[in-house]
Parts: sequence; structure tokens; C-alpha cells
Amino acid sequence: MSTPFIECRKLTKRYRKGPNVVTPLEALDLEVATAEFLALMGPSGSGKTTLLNLLAGVDSPSDGQLLIHGTDLSHLSRSELTRWRAENVGYIFQLYHLMPVLTAFENVELPLLLRPLSRKERHARVESVLNLVGLGDRMDHRPNELSGGQEQRVAIARALVADPPLLVADEPTGDLDRESATAILDLLHRLSREHGKTIVMVTHDPRAAAVADRQLHLEKGRLVKGEEVPTT
Amino acid sequence: MIRSAWNLLALAGTQLVRHRMRTLLTLSGVVTGMFLFATVETLQTSLSRATKVEAGDTTLVVYRENRFCPATSRLPEHYVDEIKQVEGVAEVIPIQIVVNNCGASLDVVAFRGVPPETLKRFAPSIELLSGSIDEWKQRSDAALLGKNLAKRRGLQVGDKFDAAGVTVHVAGIIQSDGPQDENVAYVHLPFLQQASRVGLGVVTQFNVKVASAEELDSVAEAIDTRFATDSHPTDTRPEKAFFAQTATELVELIGFTRWLGLAAVIAVMGLVANTILLTVRARVSDHAVMMTLGYPDSAIGWLVLAEGLLLGLAGGALGVGVAVGFLQWQSITVGNEGLTLAFLPDAQVLWRGMGVALILGLAAGLYPAWVASRQSIVKSLRDNG
Repeated sequence: MSTPFIECRKLTKRYRKGPNVVTPLEALDLEVATAEFLALMGPSGSGKTTLLNLLAGVDSPSDGQLLIHGTDLSHLSRSELTRWRAENVGYIFQLYHLMPVLTAFENVELPLLLRPLSRKERHARVESVLNLVGLGDRMDHRPNELSGGQEQRVAIARALVADPPLLVADEPTGDLDRESATAILDLLHRLSREHGKTIVMVTHDPRAAAVADRQLHLEKGRLVKGEEVPTT
Repeated sequence: MIRSAWNLLALAGTQLVRHRMRTLLTLSGVVTGMFLFATVETLQTSLSRATKVEAGDTTLVVYRENRFCPATSRLPEHYVDEIKQVEGVAEVIPIQIVVNNCGASLDVVAFRGVPPETLKRFAPSIELLSGSIDEWKQRSDAALLGKNLAKRRGLQVGDKFDAAGVTVHVAGIIQSDGPQDENVAYVHLPFLQQASRVGLGVVTQFNVKVASAEELDSVAEAIDTRFATDSHPTDTRPEKAFFAQTATELVELIGFTRWLGLAAVIAVMGLVANTILLTVRARVSDHAVMMTLGYPDSAIGWLVLAEGLLLGLAGGALGVGVAVGFLQWQSITVGNEGLTLAFLPDAQVLWRGMGVALILGLAAGLYPAWVASRQSIVKSLRDNG
């Protein structure tokens, strides 16, 4: 078997909440292959979002090892993690988190502003990725002029524009109607299949999870045995 | 690096433009504060220009000892010949000054009576805007009016003009590099002596040109020594020192306005800092998302700082610009003891105003920038949806 794209070994996250120590994730072992589309399911408080944040490099593990694309994230400093995120991860939020005063085009352009690209190169990339998500005709619209599904597609375009190998999505269809949710899931599936993106998606919705290659269930910070569904 | 900083500056500008109402309200406060600052700075620099003796200054003013108002300073005109004999003196011009108000006033009218043939030597930088110098020389009651005085009183060539009991005919309007020249009326010395009833042969002061600046003090001392035992002892000082000592009240009053300028600066800084801090609090999740996208702490800090910088610069440019325009348009002049001080903004005020606005904007953004750049992504996203 080839080297997994994501490799977690006894991954643990603890934090202090008042006088208590909370452990949302405990000694988790996980491997995700390159270009795999993984769905993480589980009840609230099971550690799904904590795991997603660790995989996205926005949080650091307390114990264990986290290797992504050959980089051990568990030993990176805050600034090193920032640099790593810029190159390797696209984050898709449930509530899109678009900047309301910027147009779709400007929101998608955000990750490129710190890169050594000319204005022309940036614009070409943004247009290309907005066309990919089917919003080539909505570039100048602000978030309040778009539907929820369109906003989420802008957010996906923003996650894609720097061409990261890993996409993490925190309930990307949780705020959408069925039709829009289906379109978003199709898009994510296409990104995995046709563009080779490794995708980790947190969802409560079994129908959304069914689109993924594999579903894992978390409970009280641990993977539930016997729930793993092999890649189809 | 520079490209990124520029891109973020442009992003900060976009945010300011799109949050139109907040930006306009903040800008109106900054503009008001910077207007006040630039006005106070203009008062200070105008005063400094008028009172600080510079190395190249060669003009002395001979006044009656222990007199501070033109109405009480009376010197015999024949002193001219004796002053001319003092070593180092290049030229002496007897001058009669009549003012409508010896106290501090915004509408002082000062008549300067000079021998007609000495006008060009006394005020070499004057330039005729309208009217005729020849007519002024030929007509004994003619006056050349500084353009600010003419504008303030709405006078034109050919008009009759009355102030301090003296009635003159406006023969020309002049402008000059010397702000004081633009606020006076030049008339013939004999005419003014008679019209003001001091009588022929009596003048207010002598303006003495010294051959070289190094001799200024020694010539002043020699003149005062010569007349020390005379019935009309003199007090001779460099022209600017004379202004500084004579218009003491004015100098103190304007000196006090420095505190107003400082208060304006502090108010502007507080306003910008408050706006930026509120903005940072409202954008916690935006900044957390940007950090998630790979924006380093320094980039978030610079983005916040850039907003303060742009607010400061835009407000500073507008405030200083409005102040400069207002002061030019109003031609404000304060007179005291017969001396006039014109408040004219210069490039120094402009650049100092912009510099202060730049520093204020940056300083106001420092703490908010630090707060924004230190936030935790996970906590910010959890607490703000």
C-alpha cells in the first residue's frame, strides 16, 4: 500500500475548561489515502470538528502524531502551521464565512493576496475556479445577493483557489436545502475524483455521508469499531 | 512582501469604502480635529515667522523708549540725519503709523506713512495688482492698500476709505511676499502726519537697514546710546524682536492655542482607535477565517493598521486641505499695538499636518492590530458562529 496522505497515530486533544480537563479526541488512529473522500459522522461533542481542526492545522494536538502529506504537524509552531495551511489546506465552513462587503470575486481572491502573483495571474485563477463551481456569471455579486447554495460554492472556490491538495469541510450542506446540498456534494465528489483532492467532510446527514468514499463514526473522541465502510 | 503589503492596503481601502457610513462618520471627526490642528499650527508658524530673528535679517526698528503703541511713540523726524551717521547704517526711513485700534483685534487698519520716493526701498517685494503707483505718488491723499485689507473691507481702486479719522483715496491694490504688507495702507508721510494731527516733523518709528547682519546689535546699541540723553530716548531692536516684545499679549494668546492643537490631536487619535477597535471586535470571525486561509498574524495586524493609516491620511489630507483653503480665503489677520500678524498657511504646515495624521493613524491602529493578530482561530470561530 502507498503512503497514506493523512496519518494519525494516537492523536489526542485535551484542553482545560474551568477546573476540568476535557478530552474531545483520545488516542485516535486514522489513515486517509490521497484523493479519498472521507465523511466523519457522529453526535454533537463526539470530536468531529476537533479532528477536522487538527487536520486543517488550525489547532495543534496535545499528544500523538499527525502526518499530512509527509509533514508532521504536531511539532509545527503557530507561524509554521500558518504557512503550511496556506499551501496545503482549503477549509469549507458550514456558514460559508464570506466577507459581506466583498464580491464573490474578491472573496475568492483573498487567499491569493499574499502570494507572489501578478494581478493578471490572480484574476485568471479566480475566474477559472469560479467557472469551475458554476459561478462565472456571479463574480460581481456580494454574498447578500447570492443564495445559500451559491454562497457555499463561493466558499468552495475560495478553498480551491490556492490549489491545496487537502479540503476539509465542516458540515458544508448543513445550512442548505436538499437541492443545493446535492449540488454541493456532487461538486465535492467531482473535486475528489477529477481533481485528485483529498477531502475530509464532517456531516450529520447520512445522505451527505453516502456520497463520500468512506464513512467513519466518532463517539466520545474515539472511532467506533465496526462502523467503517470500505471504499467503494 | 511589498506586493502583499500593497494588496492588503488595497483590501483595507475597499473595506473602508464599502462601510461608507462608519467611514464617513469617523472621517468627519478626523477632518474636524485635523482642521483645528492645522489652524493652530498656522497660528504658531505665522507667529514664529514674525518673531524669530534670523541670521540674514538686517532691519532694525527705532521706537520711542517705553512706548508700545504707535499713538504714544513720537520721535522727531530729524533723527533721520543723525541715525544715518551711525557706522553700519545703510538706509533710514521715517515712518508714521496710525491704527484704528491699539489692542488685539481681527480688524486692525494700519496706515503707514512713508516718504513716497522710499516706498520701493522700504517694501521691495510689493507688487501692484490694480491701480497705479504714479497716481499714488502724485496724489497726496492716495493710498496703496494691501490685498487682504482691500478684500476685508470690500474696497476697490477709486474708492474713498476712512479709518482712525483718516480719509484716503484708494490708488492701488498691492500684494507682497511680506504678509504684513498685505494688511496695511501705504500713504504719504506728510499727509498722514497732518491727517492724524501729530503734526509735520513727528514720526512713530524709523526703519533702519544695516549694511550687514553681523552689525545688527552694535548698530542698535549705537543708536540708543546716541539718543539716551535726548528728550526723546529710543529703543532699537531687530524688526522681529520688536514685534515679539511689542505684541506680548498676542504672542501669549497664540502660544496658548498650542494646547488646543494638542487636544485636537489626542481627540483624533482616540476617535480612530475607538473605531478600529470596534471594527476589530465586529470582524473577529472574518479575521479567524483569514487566518484559516493562511494569513499570518503579521498580515492581520497590518490589515488593521492599514485601516487606521488610511483613515488618518484621508482625514488629515481633508482637514489640513480645508484649513489651508479656509485661511487663504478668509485672510485672517490679528493686529496688536499697530502691528499685524497674517495667518497664512505654508508648506511646512501642510507636511506637518500630514505627518501627524500618518503617525496618529498608525498609533491609533497599534493596539487593535495587536488584539486582532493574537486571536485564536478555534475560539474565534466557535464563539462567533
